[in-house]
Amino acid sequence: MSSTSNIREKIKSKRKALQESLVKNNDDIDTQALVPSKMKSNKEKDQHFLEERNGENEVENLKRTLKAQRERRKKQFMESAVDANVEDSAEIKSAVVHTQRTLPPLPSSTPSYTGHSVRERMREKLKAGRSKGESIIQQEATSSLSRSLKSSLGREKVTRFDTEADDHEVRRGKEESPSTARVKFRDIVYRMKQKTQASNDFPTHDDVYNFFTFNFDPEPPEIKEQTSIKRSSPNDEKKNEKKERPEEDEAIEKDQEEEIEDEEEDDENRVGEEKDDSPLVETHDEDLFIIEQTAQDFLEMKPAEFHGYNNQLQREREVLYTPSALTVPTSQKVPQNMKPRYLEEEGLYVGERPEVSFTNQNILENRLIQQDEGKKWFGDDGRVMALPNPIKEYSTRPPVFSAFQDLDPTLETVYRKATKSKFTNHYILGTGDPQGDFQLDIDVSGLIFTHHSLFSREHVLAVKLAQMYDQFLVRQQKNLSNLLTNKLHALRNAVQNIMQLHGGLILNPATQHRVEEYKMEIRHTRKLLNLELEKDRMLLKGIIKVWKDIKALREFQRFTNTPLKLRLRRDEVNKMEEEQNYESEIQAEVSELVEQYEEECQKKLTDYEAKYAEWKAWKKKQKAKRKKKQQEDEEVHEEESILEMEGEPTKPQRPDPVDRAALEQQVREKAFAIRKRPGEPILIPELTTAGNVTPNELCPRGEILRREDTLKRSVFIKVVFNNKEVSQTASRTLNSDFRVHFGQIFNLKIINWPESLKLQVFETVGSSSSMLAEVFLPIPETAVLTGSAPSEEHEFSSNQRIMFDHEGVGSDVPFSFEADGSNKLILLTSGKVSCSVSWAIGENGVPLIPVVSQQNIGVQSPLKQLDAISYIGTSGLTDMKKLAKWASESRLDPNDPNNATLMQLIKIATSGEVQIPDYFRLEQLQEEFNFIKEEEFQRSKRFRLLDLRNQEVPEFRNYKCIPTLEREVSDKVFQEYEKRLSESETLDTKDYLDAHRALVAKYLQKVRETVMNRFLLAKHHYILSDVVIEEEVPSIGILGINLFKLAEPKRPLKPRRKERKKVTAQNLSDGDIKILVNVIRAYDIPIRRPIASKTSASTRPSRPFTETLVSGQPSQSPSQNNDWPINQVLVRPFVEVTFQRTVRHTTTADGPNPNWNEELELPFRAPNGDYSTSSLQSVKDDIFINVFDEVVYDIVEDNRERGAGIHTRIERHWLGSVKIPFTTIYFQSRIDGTFKIECPPVLLGYSKERSLGSEGGYDAVRSLSDGCYLTLFITIEPQLVPGEMVREKFDTQEDEKLLQAAENFQKEVSMKFPTRRCITTVIDINGKTVFITRYIKALNPPHELLEMTPNNQQETAELMAHFVSLIPSLPDNVSFAGICDLWSTCDQFLDLLAGDEEEHAVLLCNYFLAMGKKAWLIIGSAIPEGPTSYVLTQEHSQFIIWNPSTGQFYSQYDTFCPLQSVGCLVNADNVWFNIQQYNAPMRMSFDITKSKFWKPFFSRNFSHPGLSSIQPEELVYLQTDRAAVAELQDRIEKILKEKIMEWRPRNPTRWNRYCTSTLRQFLPKLELTRGKDVGDEHRMELQSLLGDYRICGFPIHMAFSEIQPIIEAVYSTGVHNMDVFNVEFALAVHICPYPNNVLSVWIYVASLIRTR
Amino acid sequence: MAAVSPSVFLLLVNGQIESANLPEFDDLYCKYCFVYGHDWSPVSGLEEGISQITSKSRVTQQDLVWNFPIDITFKSTNPFGWPQVVVSVYGPDVFGNDVVRGYGAVHIPITPGRHKRTIPLFVPESTSRLQKFTSWFLGRRPEFTDPKVVAQGEGREVTRVRSQGFLTLSFNIVTKDLKKLGYDMTSEVLSVPEATYRP
Repeated sequence: MSSTSNIREKIKSKRKALQESLVKNNDDIDTQALVPSKMKSNKEKDQHFLEERNGENEVENLKRTLKAQRERRKKQFMESAVDANVEDSAEIKSAVVHTQRTLPPLPSSTPSYTGHSVRERMREKLKAGRSKGESIIQQEATSSLSRSLKSSLGREKVTRFDTEADDHEVRRGKEESPSTARVKFRDIVYRMKQKTQASNDFPTHDDVYNFFTFNFDPEPPEIKEQTSIKRSSPNDEKKNEKKERPEEDEAIEKDQEEEIEDEEEDDENRVGEEKDDSPLVETHDEDLFIIEQTAQDFLEMKPAEFHGYNNQLQREREVLYTPSALTVPTSQKVPQNMKPRYLEEEGLYVGERPEVSFTNQNILENRLIQQDEGKKWFGDDGRVMALPNPIKEYSTRPPVFSAFQDLDPTLETVYRKATKSKFTNHYILGTGDPQGDFQLDIDVSGLIFTHHSLFSREHVLAVKLAQMYDQFLVRQQKNLSNLLTNKLHALRNAVQNIMQLHGGLILNPATQHRVEEYKMEIRHTRKLLNLELEKDRMLLKGIIKVWKDIKALREFQRFTNTPLKLRLRRDEVNKMEEEQNYESEIQAEVSELVEQYEEECQKKLTDYEAKYAEWKAWKKKQKAKRKKKQQEDEEVHEEESILEMEGEPTKPQRPDPVDRAALEQQVREKAFAIRKRPGEPILIPELTTAGNVTPNELCPRGEILRREDTLKRSVFIKVVFNNKEVSQTASRTLNSDFRVHFGQIFNLKIINWPESLKLQVFETVGSSSSMLAEVFLPIPETAVLTGSAPSEEHEFSSNQRIMFDHEGVGSDVPFSFEADGSNKLILLTSGKVSCSVSWAIGENGVPLIPVVSQQNIGVQSPLKQLDAISYIGTSGLTDMKKLAKWASESRLDPNDPNNATLMQLIKIATSGEVQIPDYFRLEQLQEEFNFIKEEEFQRSKRFRLLDLRNQEVPEFRNYKCIPTLEREVSDKVFQEYEKRLSESETLDTKDYLDAHRALVAKYLQKVRETVMNRFLLAKHHYILSDVVIEEEVPSIGILGINLFKLAEPKRPLKPRRKERKKVTAQNLSDGDIKILVNVIRAYDIPIRRPIASKTSASTRPSRPFTETLVSGQPSQSPSQNNDWPINQVLVRPFVEVTFQRTVRHTTTADGPNPNWNEELELPFRAPNGDYSTSSLQSVKDDIFINVFDEVVYDIVEDNRERGAGIHTRIERHWLGSVKIPFTTIYFQSRIDGTFKIECPPVLLGYSKERSLGSEGGYDAVRSLSDGCYLTLFITIEPQLVPGEMVREKFDTQEDEKLLQAAENFQKEVSMKFPTRRCITTVIDINGKTVFITRYIKALNPPHELLEMTPNNQQETAELMAHFVSLIPSLPDNVSFAGICDLWSTCDQFLDLLAGDEEEHAVLLCNYFLAMGKKAWLIIGSAIPEGPTSYVLTQEHSQFIIWNPSTGQFYSQYDTFCPLQSVGCLVNADNVWFNIQQYNAPMRMSFDITKSKFWKPFFSRNFSHPGLSSIQPEELVYLQTDRAAVAELQDRIEKILKEKIMEWRPRNPTRWNRYCTSTLRQFLPKLELTRGKDVGDEHRMELQSLLGDYRICGFPIHMAFSEIQPIIEAVYSTGVHNMDVFNVEFALAVHICPYPNNVLSVWIYVASLIRTR
Repeated sequence: MAAVSPSVFLLLVNGQIESANLPEFDDLYCKYCFVYGHDWSPVSGLEEGISQITSKSRVTQQDLVWNFPIDITFKSTNPFGWPQVVVSVYGPDVFGNDVVRGYGAVHIPITPGRHKRTIPLFVPESTSRLQKFTSWFLGRRPEFTDPKVVAQGEGREVTRVRSQGFLTLSFNIVTKDLKKLGYDMTSEVLSVPEATYRP
C-alpha cells in the first residue's frame, strides 16, 4: 500500500506541477495561437508522436493495476460527486474551460453543453485574444479559477483516485464525453509518475511535505503567493515559467513539454478543425474519450499544492525584484568606455531638473539599469534624462479671491503700467510706405581665395606676395615715414628757434616747459619713425624674399602656376645729398640721445648723491656703534655684523657719464638696419601678372591633376536674408588664379526688417556642393544708398580639412616649402568676398528704406519722421537731448535694426529740429488698409459717386444703379453738384442783383448745411418707437372711454370723423400718396366791372383801430351799385390747383360767392423717390391755388356768321391765389379752414363791390373783412406720420436748473394740452439752446419810420408792421427740414434780411415795446403757416393780433384772423401757457394776470433768475443806397420783360410804353397807401388815359429777396398767356427803399387789348 | 455680340420658403420681401409675396410646410447691397388676433448653385411686463415698424427680441456676367464642378 500511496503522492505532486504548468501553458497556447505556424505544429506533432508511444505503454500498465480500486470506490464517489458537482458546478465549468483544451473535435456526437461552451470560448479566445490586455484578463481568470478548483479538489482527495480510475475505465469504454480532457491529463500524470519512479527514487522535498500534509487543506498563503505571481504581467509570467522550469525534475519537465505539445497540437487541430484533420490524433482521441458522461467528469481532483517556504522564497527571488535604494554607480549608466560628460560644465544651458528625492531617483535608476535597454534612459552625464522643471514659479492664472478673506500679501496684484514691447514692431513696419516694400540691393561682385585647398605651393607664396605687396602699396600711400620725418624736422626747428630766440639767456619757466614738451615729442616721434622705417624695410625685404622663393620654387618644379611677376624699380638718388642727410640725421639723433641720456644722468646723479649722503650718515653711526661695542664679545659682534648685513643700505653706484661714441655707434647700427643706406637706389617693387603660366602639357602629373581638379570645381554664393535663402549666384568655375567673378546684383524686395544678412559660399565638386563658409554682411546704414555704396571685402574662412594626393596643398593640412619638411605651415581655406549692400532708390528718388529708418527723406515727409519717433514711446521723448546724449555715449550699433529708431532720433536731436508729436495716431495702418490710393480714389468718377452717395449729399442721396464701369459714369452727373459747390464759393451777383443779399444767401446756405449735417447725424440715432411699434398701455381713462363706447349707439345720428390710420412713410412708393384738395366755397370774389362805370372818389381817411376793425370800411360801402346791370354775370370763377406741375381745376361757378364743393386729387412724388420722413420734410413744393375768372368773348367779327357757328374765346383772368407749402400739410396732416385769397390791390376790370340789395343785414357781418376768402380742406391720403423733432441735445449756456425746469414745464403742460404749443427754449443760430425770454427786449425802430408819422401812433405801428413784413420770409421749416426752429436775434435778422415768422414776430414785438406798447409774442398756430408766432399788443382795452409776416393786424374778435390757436405768450419776463378751455383767440381771455387762465413759467416757486437779453443794446440801421435801388429797379424791369417775351415764344410781344409809364407813376402811390383804397381812383385814371383798351392787369407787391420769386410771381399770374393777336403788354417796376436795404418791390403787369 | 462688355450683372434667384420650425404655434403664414441696395433693381419676378396658411401635420414632425416659391431676377451694377430676403411669419394667437410670430432675414447666397438656409426667427419683445400682458391680452404684439428693419443693422440696438424658431429656405442661384465684371464669386472648388463631381 505504501507503494501505492507513494505513487499516489507522486502522482499528486506531478499533477500539481502539471496543473501549474498547464496554467502557464494556457498562456503559451494563447500566445502561440497568436502566431500559428504550420511548420511548428508539424514539428510538434512529430515529436509528440514519438513520445506518445512510450507513454502509452506505461499508462496502460498503470491503468490496469488501478482498475480494481477504482471500481470499488466508484459507487462511493458517485454519491459525493453529486454534492461536489452541485457545489462546484461553477468552478468546474470554468475549470473545464482550460482543462478541456485538449478536447478533440467530436464530429459524430451532439456536443454537450459544457463541451459546446468550451469550444465556443476557445474559439473566441483564439479569435479575439490577440491583444495583450485580453490575455492578462484571461490569465487572471484562470489563476483564480485554478485556485478555487484546487480548494474544491482538496476536499475530495479521498475519493479522487478512485474516480480517476473510474474515469479511466469510462474512457476505456469509449464513451463520448467532453470531460475526457481531464482524463487525458490524468493519463499523462500517470505517465509522469512512472517516469519519475524510474528516474528518481527519492521523493522530492515537495513530495515529502505533501505526504505529511496530505489530509490538510491547501495553505492559503501558498495560494496567495501563487496567485500573486500569476497576477504579474503575462510577459513576466512567461519568464517566470521559464525560470521555474529548471527547478522541476527533468522527467517532469519532459512530460510536461510533451503534455504541452500534446495540448497545443490538439488546440491546433481545433483551430483548423475543417482544414487539417489530423487523423492520428482524432482516432486516438476517439479511442480515449468515448466515456459515459458522469458527474465525476466535471470534477478535477488535485492534491493541495505546497512549496516549501525557502523554495518559495527562492522562486520568488527569481521572479521578483526589489530595486535597491542605493546609488547606481555612474559607470554603469553611461555607455562603456565613456566618461560622463557634464553639459553644464561645458557651458551649455541645462534647465533646472524637477525635484525628485534621492531614494526615488536611485530606485528608478536601479530599475532602469535592470532592463535591457535601460541605458537609453540615461543622459551623457549619467543621470536620468529629464526635461527642465515644468513648474512655473508664478501662477499664470489669476488667483481667485474670495471676497471675505484678506489677501495673501504675496498674491496681491501690482499694477504696472502697460509698456510697449520693443519687439512689437519688429517685423511689422509701421504706418507703411505706400509702396509697401523696400529694397535692399546686394551686389556680389566677386570672390578671391586667399587660400584654397587646391592651391599649389606657388599659389600660397603668390598670395603671400600679393598680400605683402598690397600692404606695401597701402603703406606707400600713407607714407608714414615721410610724414614722421617731416614732423621731426619741424619739431627740431621749433626747439632750435626757441633756443636761438633766447640766445644764451636763461629761459623763463614757461618757455622751458615748452621746450621740454617739444623734446618729449621729438623723442616720441623719433621712436615712431624708427618703427615705421623698420617696418618698411622689413616689408620690402619680405617681398623680395617671397619673390625669390617663388622664383626658386618655379625653377624647382619647372612650371609656373601663377602669372605673378615682381619687378624692382630702382630710383637713383643723389648720393652726396643723401649722405649728408643721413649723417645729419644721425648726428641730430645722437645729440638728442646724448641730451636725453645726460638728463637722465643728471637725474640719476642727484639721486645718487642723496642716497650716498644717506649711506654715509648711516656708516658714521655704525662706526660709532662699533667703537662702543668693540670691547664686547664676538658673538655680539657677529650678531652685529648680521645686523649690519641686513640693515646696511648698499653703497650706491655712481652713474656712468654718457659715452657719446658708444651711443653714436648704437644709432648707426640701428640706422643701418632700418634705413636705406645713403646712395642706395630706392627700390620700388612692382607686381604684375604679366607672367606666363606653364601650359598643362608641360606640367608634371601631380600638377595636371590639381589643375583638373580645380577646373572641376565651381563656386557659388547663396544670399540668405533673415535666415532664409533668398537667392544664389550663378555657379562659376574656379580659375587657376582662384578668383571668381560673379558681378551679380540682387535686389531684395523686403517687407520685414533685415535681421541678418549673410552670404554662404558654396563649392561644387561634380554634383555635390558643400558650404565652405558663411560671410555675415552688416545691414547697411540707412544712408547707404545704391550708387554710393562702396564695395567692401569681407573675409571668410573655413575649417574644413581637405587633403589631396596631387600638388594641391590642401586645407588644414601641414605642409612645408622646405625640402626637409621643417617650418611647417597649416593653412585654412579662406578668402574674401567683395560685395556691397545698399538700399535701393525708388522711381521717384525716394530710398526704399523701411519707414522707421527713413531719416534721409525726413524733410520730405515730416509726418513719417515723427512717426518713427513715436515708436520709441512718449516717455522717452520727454528729454530728447538726454536721450540723444545717452545714445551717442552708449555707442549703439547703428546697424542694429533695433536701434534704427534711436539712431534716427539722435540724428534729429543733433540736427536741432526736435519735434515731439503731441498727438496720438489712431489709425497707424490706415494707409495699408486702403484698397487703392487716395489719388486714384479721387480720380475715379465711380468711386466719387459712391462716396458722395454714401455721404448722403442731397444730389446723390438716392442715386440708383451707379454704373459698374468707370467710363459709364458721365460727367454730367456731377455738374449740378459742382455747380452748387462753386456757387457756394463764388458770389453770383447776376442772380442776386445785390452783393449784400448774395452774401446773406451764402451765409444762410452755410448755416443750412451745418444744420443739415447735424441732422443727418441725428437721423441715425434710433429710439425704440422708430423700430418697433408697440401699443401704449391703455390708461384708466381710455379704458373707461372704451367701456363707455360699448354703450353708445352703433349708428349715431351725428357721426364723427374718425382718425385715419397713419402710415409710416418708409414703405411708400411713387403714386401712393395723393393730396386731396377739397375746394368748398369762396367769398367775395371780385366782380367784373363795366368799363364805363364811375366810382366815387373817396378819400382814405385815417381811421382809428376801433373804426377799422369794428365798423369795417364804411368808405367802401358802395353807393354806386345802382347802375349795375342786373342781368350781367358778375363773375364766373373757377379754382385751379397746381402742385408739382400737375394742374387740376374745378368747374366754373357763377357769382362772387361760388360754391364748388369739389375734390381735386393731386399725385405726390417725393424727390428722388425717397419717401423717408426726412425727405418728405424737406419737400419744398407749394400748392398753388389760383382763382380765375372765366371770361367768354365773342370773337365772331362778322355778324353774318353768327348763325352758322359760335366762335368764342375763353379767357381767364387771374383774381388771386393761395399758396400753401407742402410741409404745412405734411406736418398738420390736414388743413381745414378759410383762407384769404391774396388778391392784388388793384384788379383792373374788377371791383370788390357787391350788390347789397336785399341782404343788407348779412352784409354788415361780411363787411368786416376786406379781402376775399376761400374755404378749403386739404389733406394727404394716406395720412403720413409726421417726422419727429430731432432728439438732439444742443449745447447751451443756460443754467442746468433752468433747463430742467423748462423741460418739466413743457412736459407738464403738454400732458394737459397736447395740441397747444409751448416753447420755453429755442435754438439760436449757433445751435445753442437759449431761453426764449432772452429774445424779447425793446429795440429802437428806424428813426425814419418814426419820423414819418410822428404824431400818429397807430400809423407808426402799421408802418412798423409793414417794414417788418418787408423783410423776406424764409421759412426754416423748409430749409431745415423740420428739424428745429433757429431763432436769430434782431440784429442778425436784419443783417441776414431773411427769417421766418418767429424772427419777424420778435422784431415787431421789440419795436412795439420800444414804442411803449404792451406787447407779447404769441406762440400758436395759424393757417396756413401752421405753428407760428404772432404779436399781441394791448391797445387801451382791446387786444390786437399782428401777423408779422404780412403786416396785417386783427382784432381779437376778428373772424377771419388767421391765428387759430394760442399756445403761450412770451415777454421779456415770463412765459405764460394757455390753460383755458379754448385756444381760439376769439374765445379766450388774454388777461395774463389771471392764473386760472394762464400758467406762468416763473412763479413764486421758481422766480425769474434775471436772464439778460441776448439782443443787442441798439440796432444800427444803414441808409439804403438810392442809386443802387434805382439800378436794381431797372434791372428787374428788364429781366421781367425779357422773361415775358421768353414765355411767349409763338407770339410777338408788344409793349405799350404809354401804359407802362402811366403804371409806373401809379406804383409809388400804392406803396404809400400800402395797397389800400386806391383801386377806384386808379382805375378811373387808367380808364381815362386808355379809353380804347380793355385792360387786364394788376400790381404785385413783394418783399425783395431774390429775383427768382419775382419772376415766379409774375409767371403765376398768367398775364402772358394772352393769345389774342393784338394784345399789348405793360410792365412797371417800382422799388421803395427802406432803411437797412429793406426793399419793397411793386410790379405792375397788365395786358391791353384794343377794343376798337 | 452678346454683351461683350456688360455693364450690369444679373442674379437669378429661385427657390422656396420651405418650412418653419416654430414649435409653439400653428396655422401660420409668411410674407417675404427683398431688401437690396441702391444699385440693385429687380428685373422680373415678385418682390413681395404672402403665403398660404399652413397647419402642422398631425402625424409626423412639427414642421410647418409652406413650400412657397420665390422667383426673382435682379440686375445690379455693384455687389454692395446684395439682396437679402426678409421673411416675417404671422399667425393667430389665442384670441384669434393675427400677430407676428417671427422675423428673419438672410442674404441671397452669392455663389451659383443650390443652397439651403435655415434662419432663426425672432420677434421684438415688449418693453415691460405690463406691456407684455396688455399686448397679449389685446393681441397687439410689438412689431417692427417695417419688417425690413431686420435686414439692416442700424437702429437695432434699441430693440430686444426673443427667438421663436427656425425657417428653412432653399435657393437656386444663377448669376450672369459677375465674373466679367471682375467679381469672382465662386470658390476654386466650385469653379470646376467636373473636377470634383464624379459619379
